Amino acid sequence: MFKKILLCGFVAFGVAACGNGGDNTSETSVAKVEAAPSASGRDQIKIVGSSTVYPFATTVAENFGRSTSFKTPIVESTGSGGGLKLFCSGLGDNYPDITNASRRIKSSEVELCAENGINDIVEVKVGYDGIVVANSTKSDRMELTLRELYLALAKDVPDGKGGLKPNDYINWSDINPALKDTKIEIMGPPPTSGTRDAFVELAMEGGCQTFDWIKALKKTDKNTYKAICHAFREDDGFIEAGENDNLIVRKLNANPNALGIFGFGFLDQNGDSVQGSVIDDTLPTFENISDGSYPVSRSLYFYVKKDMIGTVPGIAEYLTEFTSVRASGQDGYLSEKGLIPMNAEEHAQWQSQVRAQKTLSLN
Amino acid sequence: MPDYLLTTSPQMAKRHARHSRFQWYGRIAIGISISFMLLMFAAIFARGTGAFQKTMIAVDVEFTESVIDPNGSRAEMDLKQGNYKPLILSGLQKVVPGVTERKDRNNLYKLVSGGAAFDLGERVAANPDMIGTNQRVWIAASSEVDLYVKGKVDVESDEAIRRLKDQDIAWINMLQDEGRVKKKFNRVFFTSGDSRAPEMAGILSAALGSFFSLLVCFLIAFPLGILTAVYLEEYAKKNRLTNLIEVNINNLAAVPSIVFGLLGLAVFLNFFNLPRSTPLVGGMVLALMTLPTIIIASRSILRSIPQSTRDAAMGLGASKTQTTFHHVVPLAMPGMLTGTILGMARALGETAPLLMIGMVAFIVDIPKGVTDVATSLPVQIFLWADSPEKGFVELTSAAIIVLLVFLILMNLFAVYLRRRLERRW
Repeated sequence: MFKKILLCGFVAFGVAACGNGGDNTSETSVAKVEAAPSASGRDQIKIVGSSTVYPFATTVAENFGRSTSFKTPIVESTGSGGGLKLFCSGLGDNYPDITNASRRIKSSEVELCAENGINDIVEVKVGYDGIVVANSTKSDRMELTLRELYLALAKDVPDGKGGLKPNDYINWSDINPALKDTKIEIMGPPPTSGTRDAFVELAMEGGCQTFDWIKALKKTDKNTYKAICHAFREDDGFIEAGENDNLIVRKLNANPNALGIFGFGFLDQNGDSVQGSVIDDTLPTFENISDGSYPVSRSLYFYVKKDMIGTVPGIAEYLTEFTSVRASGQDGYLSEKGLIPMNAEEHAQWQSQVRAQKTLSLN
Repeated sequence: MPDYLLTTSPQMAKRHARHSRFQWYGRIAIGISISFMLLMFAAIFARGTGAFQKTMIAVDVEFTESVIDPNGSRAEMDLKQGNYKPLILSGLQKVVPGVTERKDRNNLYKLVSGGAAFDLGERVAANPDMIGTNQRVWIAASSEVDLYVKGKVDVESDEAIRRLKDQDIAWINMLQDEGRVKKKFNRVFFTSGDSRAPEMAGILSAALGSFFSLLVCFLIAFPLGILTAVYLEEYAKKNRLTNLIEVNINNLAAVPSIVFGLLGLAVFLNFFNLPRSTPLVGGMVLALMTLPTIIIASRSILRSIPQSTRDAAMGLGASKTQTTFHHVVPLAMPGMLTGTILGMARALGETAPLLMIGMVAFIVDIPKGVTDVATSLPVQIFLWADSPEKGFVELTSAAIIVLLVFLILMNLFAVYLRRRLERRW
């Protein structure tokens, strides 16, 4: 028995010793990999950025990898802001070549890029995404206006006398007697999410601006305006449900009275269990979002470092694939995944602009 | 005998009642924990087992040379990239007559997986003799068809909100009547990497990513942990410095894992410029995380070795190092290995530190070494759980089953080592 234990001990030490050996080999292989890029460059495209664009970017990446001789690009989901930060922190093999964003790049980010030597950025518009306010198909479809939505969600609401009061709307019928007599319960994404940013900008501000005196504030006192329009209520009327939109869909099924805020892609895939509310007389459908009549919709983009095109093999081909009609066009495979494509004219315009590798200039 | 010993006094009854009451509390507590565990397993298995099978459709494909390889080059890349869609479509059209319009043809083609054409390309590239023949091939059905065949689509619901329309269902039934639809073992799940199409997605790249990360983690953490523990326990003098080190190690064991991820990002990626998203860096971060656990476990094992063992060895004239390495460490080794394995089992389940070093990513290619980009099993579960497509619900649970199997195997191995090698004094 004792011999066995000794043996075990030695085997373990042998492994440990091999460990050092193994480590050495892995270090040399690192050295090799590190030596290689300086000579021939990385051979795999690196993509970071928005979790909203992630399903589309991965789909294109997969198709691109399968149908060409290039390696399948790596796509990380870091969020729009995080992606742009990584993207702008440097030029070269250790930084991503492409970043996805569910909003347009900001001038501060362009400056950051320029500071780190990234001057030529190619902007590519992917298409549109709608943010839906949905509930379970077990209850009736809601018909809301942006104003009602704002009143249901805001921290403080106008008291009708030119001032503000804490949000005391408990039931939908308190806001508008025509609405149903159930408790206001809305589940939405946390502040870190791009969906939340877009929702605040489009829906909350949209509803907020239906009050003339708040709209006037925007020009005179921007901070107060933001405080009024951007703050969500902190009682149980609004529930932060985490980044996982699937979870919101499941919670809606469990609670037919609740509403959930998430991207159109999830509504599209789960149409048998949830339905999108009518907002300002417009249903969130494919057509209504692409023609811009649905009020809560945004554009999706990705950004490419022009200097890396040609350095990392396949970037130009990836761009061609992404902007092709069969991918992001009207009946392209991305529309299967819930992307709302641009109309043919706009698509063609972006396609030729990307082909020409036109660099971004913000005005 | 005095009376009071034979009759049960009220006090005695109380004590007995307390005794049995306490036992019942314990049993209830165990019962509740077990039922929660069973509930979890039942939910996961009920959802996940479906994913181990997938629906295949038999299509008679005419491998026409003019479509696959118009140049006649027979080059592998040309064969892989040939246009197989019309071949599959015309095969389907033979079974489902009357589909001529473009829209209907597109819908018909959607019954099969979007990856089916690529799959055929690979088969032809592997066996170019197929060109010119007419063969019945089994190709993967789309995820929607798969869910329908598995009975997970509510056909009673309103057609407008279903992804699979009445016409599609009629076509599937037609195919089924001809015996062209069957469920097969889902080999792809175990042999391929991630995919955006649930029917093409697999766990292999994530499993290998986990394996390589844990390998690196073991190779770094085990020797470092054991040497630290042996030195601190057997050699180091007890003074302020060692006290400080001890307190720090105990603190590190309680640090949230995301902090190690941030450290990895700052040190390994930004300072040493190691490649992002690789198991090498992942393993190093996980090693940092498991080191304190290994050190603490190993030290407590070393402490439990009776002093008499050391005294006897010393008494027979062994040196300090001989005593330690001939007697103490071999006796402690099973326990130290157990501690290491349990620490690694925890590392296997981590996602947070990997997030910071870019291992939470969509990666299709199968990693071949520690410097290839990879994800890990829990990351794959996280990514699939977040995907909108319904087919991923099944895959998420199936991946959890795979992860649980790995965890159980590792824990069983730890138990085995302990049983097999443990000595009692």
